[in-house]
Amino acid sequence: MAPPIPTSLFSRLYGPRGWMVVGAFALLAFVVFPVCNLVLPKDSLFYISDYRVALIGKIMCYAMVALAMDLIWGYTGILSLGHGVFFALGGYAMGMYLMRQIGLDGVYHMPLPDFMVFLDWKTLPWYWSFTEHFWYAMLLVVLVPGLLAFVFGFFAFRSRIKGVYFSIITQAMTFAFMLLFFRNDTGFGGNNGFTDFKRILDIPIATSGMRMTLFMLSAATLIGMLLMARWIVTSKLGRVLTAIRDAESRVMFSGYNPVHYKLFIWTLSAVMCGIAGALYVPQVGIINPSEMSPANSIEIAIWVALGGRGSLVGAILGAGIVNGAKSWLTVAFPEYWLFFLGALFIVVTLFLPNGVLGALQDLWSRKGGKRSDAPPAGAPTNTKVPS
Amino acid sequence: MRVVLRLFLQCVLCLAALSAQAVSPDLLQKLAYGEADDKLAALALIVAGADESAIPLLQALADDSVQASPDTREKKIILIVKDGKGVDAVTGKAVEPLSEGLEDVVINNRVRKEITTAIAALKLASPDKAVRLAAARELQSNAEESMLPALARAVAKESDPDIKNLLALTQASIQLSTGDKPARMAAISALAASNNPSTKTLLIGLLAKKGNEFVEPDADIRAAAQRSLDTVQSKLSTGERFGQAFTGISLGSILLLAALGLAITYGLMGVINMAHGELIMVGAYSTYLVQNFFKANLSGAFDWYLLAAVPVSFAVAALVGMLLERGVIRFLYGRPLETLLATWGISLMLIQACRSIFGAQNVQVENPVWMSGGVEVMAGIILPYNRIVIIVFALFVLFMVWVMLTRTRLGLFVRAVTQNRGMAACVGVPTKRIDTVAFGLGSGIAGLAGCALSQIGNVGPDLGQSYIVDSFMVVVLGGVGQLAGTVYAAMGLGIANKFLEGVAGAVLAKICILVFIIIFIQKRPQGIFALKGRFADN
Amino acid sequence: MSDLKAPAGDAAGIDGRVVTGEVDTIHGPILYLDDITVSFDGFKALNKLTLTIERGELRCIIGPNGAGKTTMMDVITGKTRPDLGTAFFGQTIDLTKLSEPEIAKAGIGRKFQKPTVYENHTVFENLELAMKTDKSVFASLKAKLNGSQHDLIGKTLDEIALTQRAWEPAGLLSHGQKQWLEIGMLLMQEPRLLLLDEPVAGMTDEETMKSADLFLTLAGKYSVVVVEHDMDFVAKLSGAAGTVTVLHEGSVLAEGPMAQVQGDDRVIEVYLGR
Repeated sequence: MAPPIPTSLFSRLYGPRGWMVVGAFALLAFVVFPVCNLVLPKDSLFYISDYRVALIGKIMCYAMVALAMDLIWGYTGILSLGHGVFFALGGYAMGMYLMRQIGLDGVYHMPLPDFMVFLDWKTLPWYWSFTEHFWYAMLLVVLVPGLLAFVFGFFAFRSRIKGVYFSIITQAMTFAFMLLFFRNDTGFGGNNGFTDFKRILDIPIATSGMRMTLFMLSAATLIGMLLMARWIVTSKLGRVLTAIRDAESRVMFSGYNPVHYKLFIWTLSAVMCGIAGALYVPQVGIINPSEMSPANSIEIAIWVALGGRGSLVGAILGAGIVNGAKSWLTVAFPEYWLFFLGALFIVVTLFLPNGVLGALQDLWSRKGGKRSDAPPAGAPTNTKVPS
Repeated sequence: MRVVLRLFLQCVLCLAALSAQAVSPDLLQKLAYGEADDKLAALALIVAGADESAIPLLQALADDSVQASPDTREKKIILIVKDGKGVDAVTGKAVEPLSEGLEDVVINNRVRKEITTAIAALKLASPDKAVRLAAARELQSNAEESMLPALARAVAKESDPDIKNLLALTQASIQLSTGDKPARMAAISALAASNNPSTKTLLIGLLAKKGNEFVEPDADIRAAAQRSLDTVQSKLSTGERFGQAFTGISLGSILLLAALGLAITYGLMGVINMAHGELIMVGAYSTYLVQNFFKANLSGAFDWYLLAAVPVSFAVAALVGMLLERGVIRFLYGRPLETLLATWGISLMLIQACRSIFGAQNVQVENPVWMSGGVEVMAGIILPYNRIVIIVFALFVLFMVWVMLTRTRLGLFVRAVTQNRGMAACVGVPTKRIDTVAFGLGSGIAGLAGCALSQIGNVGPDLGQSYIVDSFMVVVLGGVGQLAGTVYAAMGLGIANKFLEGVAGAVLAKICILVFIIIFIQKRPQGIFALKGRFADN
Repeated sequence: MSDLKAPAGDAAGIDGRVVTGEVDTIHGPILYLDDITVSFDGFKALNKLTLTIERGELRCIIGPNGAGKTTMMDVITGKTRPDLGTAFFGQTIDLTKLSEPEIAKAGIGRKFQKPTVYENHTVFENLELAMKTDKSVFASLKAKLNGSQHDLIGKTLDEIALTQRAWEPAGLLSHGQKQWLEIGMLLMQEPRLLLLDEPVAGMTDEETMKSADLFLTLAGKYSVVVVEHDMDFVAKLSGAAGTVTVLHEGSVLAEGPMAQVQGDDRVIEVYLGR
């Protein structure tokens, strides 16, 4: 066999087929959807409703979280049960800005957000300072989840907490944050969180144009994150991460410090979640502490597991399948959604260790003999799944 | 207590109706027709007379069942009317039929309160100790100067030390606000013996300032009040701490029950069972079903339904657990993260199944009579029987688990399989069957936890979710595979949680505990009782 | 933190005898363990162990189970901290103060008892990851193999006879091949001291003898410490003059040429239980 030495960064990221998939997705998001939503008349066969646009936009945000989860779990072998926190913190940072944009148009017509007026607060708490500035809110979106992840990860990885222990303490972390944000005194709207947004950058938020803008922004971010993640996993850094997953002691005795590598990917993963959360909030129109519930964070793991761990496109696919099914089932058969989700957890872990994409690849290679080129996604050498 | 009192009074009422010549017609007239102030004056006289037989009339007044002919009539009739039958308040004779044109005797709230106090004062002469105690308690917060003579008489006559003490305190607090200096000083020192929170308020009132002036001008009195206050406060805070320690131990025992099963399935077998909480829920619902069965078929033995519920909840949860082990978990041994996800899926399905069968609302599980109520160890500190029973129950389960693991063949096998599966199989231990049985055992204990929880909390589909994080924290903190660690961690977390709650509130306390655990695990990843050595990190 | 800054100190300037970033062995042994004690819950895995390895030496260490061989390796590579005693790499590097990656970078390579390679990576990638280079996070992100690095990997592939399988996942190799790959990875690290924990376990006789040849060519270029049970293998490695150390209950029981050690009464007692 010849050594597969890529000639350029472009061909290192994806082969021709992979780039075609990415291109097709971009075409859908930046041409087909805007046209079908904004240009076509409502009674047209190809008209896509605002609801659909918002739904797909939301799922794309989930897909970013799935990518982040795949980097840390699929490639590095660290299962986080607390990624919901990073997502929600990004969302809350964005939400603070959106609350400030309401201005005097709240129910009480006061300069403070409604929930603060309701609690009889006279001034904004110190941590709300500057949140009226968009750039500052964007900074928070990146810094808050990033900093939390860095500090948490620094202590956890340095103490060599791994495997299930790590998973359980991340769950404890998200649980603690959920309780904290449920309190009214914390200053983030307690139970109800933030909602009733009016404007973003002084532009009304509830218009088709703004919805489509946010949709396209999400699509662009998703593609950007996918390519960045792909760049990482095809670099030597990516190979070290997988090596940490498979044989951490060997990595250590080869002179790499696994703490630094884990910390890097863990923090990056958290920041990706934060950005996803920031895009999610204006599209969904609400953020509340239930986003931090342990159940939500575990669900992220099943998206990735279903799509295929160690495959970036698989993670996106998994997020799409599960959330698509969720939005349909919870309306059509609300009774059965939890049965379905529960069964999914069991079936995937028992029968689809490499996820849907892995199963398809197995089928493909069994039928067509040898694969001609690298699979469209994921590390080509990823034959075994970590546990 | 008030209900008992009320019942008792109603009995007395019937008896006394025959011989009610207690209140002179003159006083009665004042009570019936006088202005509020007249009524109060009459009441004071009645109390001073200390005649128990006036109680039925006063009670009737308080219950709004006294009727009188209009003021303007020549012949005044005052009747105690109950269930449409009238009794003459003066003669005690039954009056039938009721006279025409009677009007209710109306009393305002001030009078009503005085009547209640007056009844209590009169009750102090009752031969029944329980009635006297209740009356003394009632008086403690409501007594007035006019009752001093009655109180003094009662204190002199009282034989029971508790009641006597209580009455003396009440006397002291009245004297405090009215007497001369020596009487007040004496009263203040007497108050130091109290452990009633209202005494504290009273003493603090003496020390209060208004602007720059003390409300109480006499410095001696203030100093004495400060001394007494310190005594009372230290006693009260002891009580408070005792109460917190008890609720802490109670919470600890609940955590212990919830975590014991996990200590076996996770600690010994290494299976991350996220459905553990749902097995607790299964146990709670089993208890609910047993309760319903007893209600429907064996209502005579209802008080003892728990005796049946304990084995049933154990068996049902164990059965569900063994099914899970056979059906799902055994395929995932050695892959902890997959086990975690699969069992989470199971928990979701169990929750939804429970919602579909029993509905999303909480169901009602009643305490048997012998578990309701509580024992009062000091004023304001009541230890509920159900919590005491659960503490004992947790110790019992702990003991059984310990015996099972260290004194039986099964326990020997379980420990052998845990330490070296291959070698255990080689020497003929049926490892697969041991896995199933051990998992069933852990699940059964979760069922027992559910049975216990049904007695103190809500039983709903989400019951398990609220305990799963906590019980994992207990096992992780205690150290994997360490029974003793589990006990210490459960008790430590329970007590720490309750004390922090007193300082910071429930939510912050919980957050503090979680943060503490996260930091603790960073420092000692192996838990309180760490296994050291070469094998520890494998 | 990730970059170990020239642990030997920049003494190079003085007379050029010491190379910057290298181990200073001019004045003595490459590895120096003195009075090392490690105890687990009262059990002493190492008991005042004292051991010296000279530069370029090939030392065989034998001993019954529980003699403390693996614990000794753990102490040298930073996995276990000794309760007492000192461990120096060259003259200046205090091993008890460094973390595992820092020790690896300082020039100590370790082969585990059970072959530990990255099963999902190709043989080539395994060697690439082990190669001596800047191992910080951001360097890895930008890393690209240059021609000479490619050649180095190719040379090592030849040495360990895996050129044909360079592009297969390492998980598909046989047990013996994995052992060789791991040794190849150690060579890529360009260490000064190689610690080999039972390097021929699970190999065929032929492979074992080939390994012995390989190790003999390594001696001189590297300092090598081999822990082994296989007496024939040890005899072949140490030859007539090489030193063999016998560990027992955490201390050195005997030390000397193979023949001498085999004749030692205490050694015979320990091994044969007389």
